[in-house]
Amino acid sequence: MALKAFEGIYAGHSISGPPSTGDYLWDRGFRFVAWAGAWIILALVAYILWKIGGQALPAITKYGLSFVTSSTWDVNKEQFGVLPEIWGTLYSSILSLIIGGFFGVTIAIFLTQDFLAPRLAAIFRTIVDLLAAIPSVVYGLWGIYVVIPTLRPLANWLNSELGWIPFFGTSLCGPGMLPAAIVLAIMILPTIAAVSQDALRRVPYKVKEAAYGMGATRCEAIFRVMLPSASSGIFGAMVLGFGRALGETMALAMLIGNANQISLSLFSPANTLASLLASNFPEAGQIEIEALMYAAMALLAITMIVNTIGLYIMNLSARRFEGKK
Amino acid sequence: MKNSAFIKAAFVFVLLIAAAISLAPARAENMRLIGSGASFPFPIYATWFKQYSGSREGVIVDYQAKGSGAGIQDFINGTVDFAASDAAMSDEEIAKVEKGVVLLPMTAGEIVLAYNLPGDPQGLKLPRDVYPDILLGKITKWNDPRIAQANPDLSLPDMPITVVSRADSSGTTYVFSRHLSAVSEEWKNGPGTGKTVQWPRSDKFVAAPKNDGVTATIKQTPGAIGYIEYSYAKLTKMNTALLQNKAGNFVAVGGETGKAALANAQLSEDLRMWVDDPDGENSYPIASFTWMLFYKKQDPKKAEALRDVVQYCLTEGQKIADQMGYIPLPENVVEKVQVAAQQIQ
Repeated sequence: MALKAFEGIYAGHSISGPPSTGDYLWDRGFRFVAWAGAWIILALVAYILWKIGGQALPAITKYGLSFVTSSTWDVNKEQFGVLPEIWGTLYSSILSLIIGGFFGVTIAIFLTQDFLAPRLAAIFRTIVDLLAAIPSVVYGLWGIYVVIPTLRPLANWLNSELGWIPFFGTSLCGPGMLPAAIVLAIMILPTIAAVSQDALRRVPYKVKEAAYGMGATRCEAIFRVMLPSASSGIFGAMVLGFGRALGETMALAMLIGNANQISLSLFSPANTLASLLASNFPEAGQIEIEALMYAAMALLAITMIVNTIGLYIMNLSARRFEGKK
Repeated sequence: MKNSAFIKAAFVFVLLIAAAISLAPARAENMRLIGSGASFPFPIYATWFKQYSGSREGVIVDYQAKGSGAGIQDFINGTVDFAASDAAMSDEEIAKVEKGVVLLPMTAGEIVLAYNLPGDPQGLKLPRDVYPDILLGKITKWNDPRIAQANPDLSLPDMPITVVSRADSSGTTYVFSRHLSAVSEEWKNGPGTGKTVQWPRSDKFVAAPKNDGVTATIKQTPGAIGYIEYSYAKLTKMNTALLQNKAGNFVAVGGETGKAALANAQLSEDLRMWVDDPDGENSYPIASFTWMLFYKKQDPKKAEALRDVVQYCLTEGQKIADQMGYIPLPENVVEKVQVAAQQIQ
């Protein structure tokens, strides 16, 4: 009896049937392309690491760990150390993440939690996304001609009144950490805002309705229900933004002051790895290129560590707040 | 009938293609000379090569301002027909070029100390023992007695001095640090000479990329002082300091004082000469030649074209140097370079 149901298939009367040779080939082909695409990306990363590592090898064997713990970059005496640059990279990125993260998530809440008419929200969203399209150099110029002159009186007042706090320990002469971090924050803002919006929008509508149904105020619903539910996505946005801040070059080279020193003060000049690489590559000789490659490896390592930590936090928050395992 | 019209049309079409193909080699006879290197003389080189390519049939000169170091690298690798460098070439680098090297100074420039002070005071004078100390971070205030002493008629503010330097390695820094090493023993033993140097660690020392970056930073920072090429200072109308030369006079930057400085250059056989600290009453202290690098041996036709380019730059080209903020080469140097250019074969 049961076999009778299939008779039609074998007779060719049905639209359903076993996959033809063409279907098999198509399926195999698709699988191969997807597989190759994934492996090519991995191979590319490995190739970049191998290439940079190979060029950095002489410097790695020569300077070893002292490269990341010393703070002089003197080509004439062949002394190379990137501790100030590592410090500057992390400090500027963390500062910009605090500023950019706060505003980015705020904007995402504002645009997704029914504060605005949908059409108005769409216009706002486009404007925020537009920030991502502005070239780095333009941000740098804007920083030099607008941000620094605006910050200077405030910074110098803070320094003279509250100079005993290490963060305000020096006066702001021009380029420095704070203007660089503020401009960097604006540059990573669209990334954080866009990804956080997606995360918030992905929270099922039922969850919010349930919160309101239990008598939560809007504020409670957003902070106690919506944000925790979207937390892994928002952390993902932060990791993306942080990664972008670590690698940003041109605007920082113009604004941070490129001074080889470590200072807690927000107003003193500093330097970053990316800016060091961009400034010194074009004229570097053989020995300096090896050292610069080593610095590039350090930057890659920092990015990798940050991404791993970010992934860990994302998993943790997914388990803690979203009940996923 | 239709068929024959079609054949005619096809015939014309084939003829057109043949004509286009036969014309193509004629256009390819245009000689293209490619050069790369120093960015400091780029404005004047660009003008020269544009004028030259306009006045000569069939020769086009392309020049890319990549930086002196990159230019030398290209020259050693043989990817260019000529290169340019602010720091000439070291013996080591010359040894790497199998085809032989001809170094020709083509023009010269001056480096100024540009400053930005409230009230826009003109004509700040800096004695030769004072400006190295500013750059060493030992004088930190504008109203320091040692600056005030040299400028009794200026009212200098109680303001920290912000020193702006080049963030990227550059020929400008090389020439400037060479001069400072000649003037100050302490500079020589400290930061020394190089395309980048280790500046004193202080929150009042900042660096900006390229000549234009330094210029913009000085302009935007009250109390800043920094070193840039004279041509950039001239273009942006910056205030520049009068520097005390070896003879003890305070000299402003300019074509005349630059020429006076170069007149002191000791002509050497290979034309690698420096005026680190020129003598002479009227010499501006920080001046330097900038070089073009050529191969000794190459395709004869190319060599002829290159010699012609050099000849043009040495005669017609020198006339516009002054107005562009460069120093025309002194007569005796031009003669020497013309002789040396015959080695390009």
